[in-house]
Amino acid sequence: MTNEIIKFNHVKKNFGKNEVIPDITFSINQGEFVTVLGSSGSGKTTTLKMINGLEQPTTGEIVVNGKDLKNTNLVDLRRHIGYVVQSIGLFPHMTIAQNIAITPKLLGWKQEKISSRVGELLEMVGLHNADFAKRYPAQLSGGQQQRVGVARALATNPPIMLFDEPFSALDAITRQKLQVEVKKLHQQLKEKTFFFVTHDINEALYLGDRVMVMNRGKIEQFASAQEVVNHPASEYVKNLIDTVRTNQKLWEGLK
Amino acid sequence: MVTQIIQYFQTNSGEYWQEVGQHLFLSFSSLTIALIIALPVGYLGSKNRGVAIFCESFAQILRIIPSLAFLFILIPFIGTGIGPALIALVVLALPPLVVNTILGFNEVPVDLEEVGLSLGMTNGQLLKQISLPLALPFILNGIKLALVEVIASASLATYIGAGGLGQLIMTGLGLYKMQYIVIGGVSVALLSLIAMFIFDLIIKKVRNDDQRNY
Repeated sequence: MTNEIIKFNHVKKNFGKNEVIPDITFSINQGEFVTVLGSSGSGKTTTLKMINGLEQPTTGEIVVNGKDLKNTNLVDLRRHIGYVVQSIGLFPHMTIAQNIAITPKLLGWKQEKISSRVGELLEMVGLHNADFAKRYPAQLSGGQQQRVGVARALATNPPIMLFDEPFSALDAITRQKLQVEVKKLHQQLKEKTFFFVTHDINEALYLGDRVMVMNRGKIEQFASAQEVVNHPASEYVKNLIDTVRTNQKLWEGLK
Repeated sequence: MVTQIIQYFQTNSGEYWQEVGQHLFLSFSSLTIALIIALPVGYLGSKNRGVAIFCESFAQILRIIPSLAFLFILIPFIGTGIGPALIALVVLALPPLVVNTILGFNEVPVDLEEVGLSLGMTNGQLLKQISLPLALPFILNGIKLALVEVIASASLATYIGAGGLGQLIMTGLGLYKMQYIVIGGVSVALLSLIAMFIFDLIIKKVRNDDQRNY
């Protein structure tokens, strides 16, 4: 049984006179890992921000978890959508535990439940050392900080997780490690929908059950990684895939 | 001179402390009133370009007008006494408070505010838990500058009949008694210095709590 958890219906978004997204329509099933691939200015981040209501569409309809965003309490909606960003966005004046506890506190959880959840999450993202909880963000490395970012987003066990280029600012080795772990996390946490925006084509193809290729506010192709590689739907997608092939030639030449 | 000063304290210490008390009362009540006005205005200024520009030009103009002139300009409108002195001091305290509050809120990264909203905070919760704590060191700096300005200017408030340590200086000038002027002047300077020192300590503590400079 498939259940459409995110649905965009002829959504259009303008910033002032600037048309960022002319008209997109797509739907995502519950439990899918969708990656969105596009260069900067393609409208991928705007699309992501419309899912949790940080941006409102100019026209069109967005349905998330069965609710039309036009008549939904956005504050309540956001408490049940995880959000991980490139800048990580840990609050510098709060400890790791306090950062993770933000949404549970907003929902009025009891203190014991919060503490045990924080421990469980730190374990889940591979920060085993017990004293991480009491540290401040600036005392952690970039990779550790983003692990906390993921833990914080997972805090209330939301059905939807949004990732906005979460690993772009990390070094290659840390990035690959985290990619593997996020994929594992998605397999572990059944029925959770991941919406993952990136400009890294390898990342998009590796992680996504389906890959949405965006260019200038339009969806060029929305299909499985295999389909995208073997049957590019447009000139843009073909060019994109070719960049990888060119890189491959470089590698082979160096061997 | 020294003996005269000692003599003054032996005979008039009651009067002296009353004047110090009056001076502090004037300074802190005007600072409090100014804070109540400046914090919301500063917050608005950080959200709205128009308000910010208005506040900054207002602050510039006030900087040009000497404090003393400002006190006298008010006399025809609101007379003399404690009330007008308070109004004048509040107006003098506003520029550093408002400008630093705007600066403080502007220094809060947009990213962090967006993350706060995404985690499900209402605008009020965002302000209380994220924006205000992160802007606090800047706001405290504004309070420090305002307090020093107000303590110094409060000695001028005597001219419009509000009491305080300015009284001593004025009496000294009138009777040509140097010791009064010295006692009044040094006391005002000391008060300013102590205020500055205390606030520097508080700001340092807040910054350390922030862990921002790790």
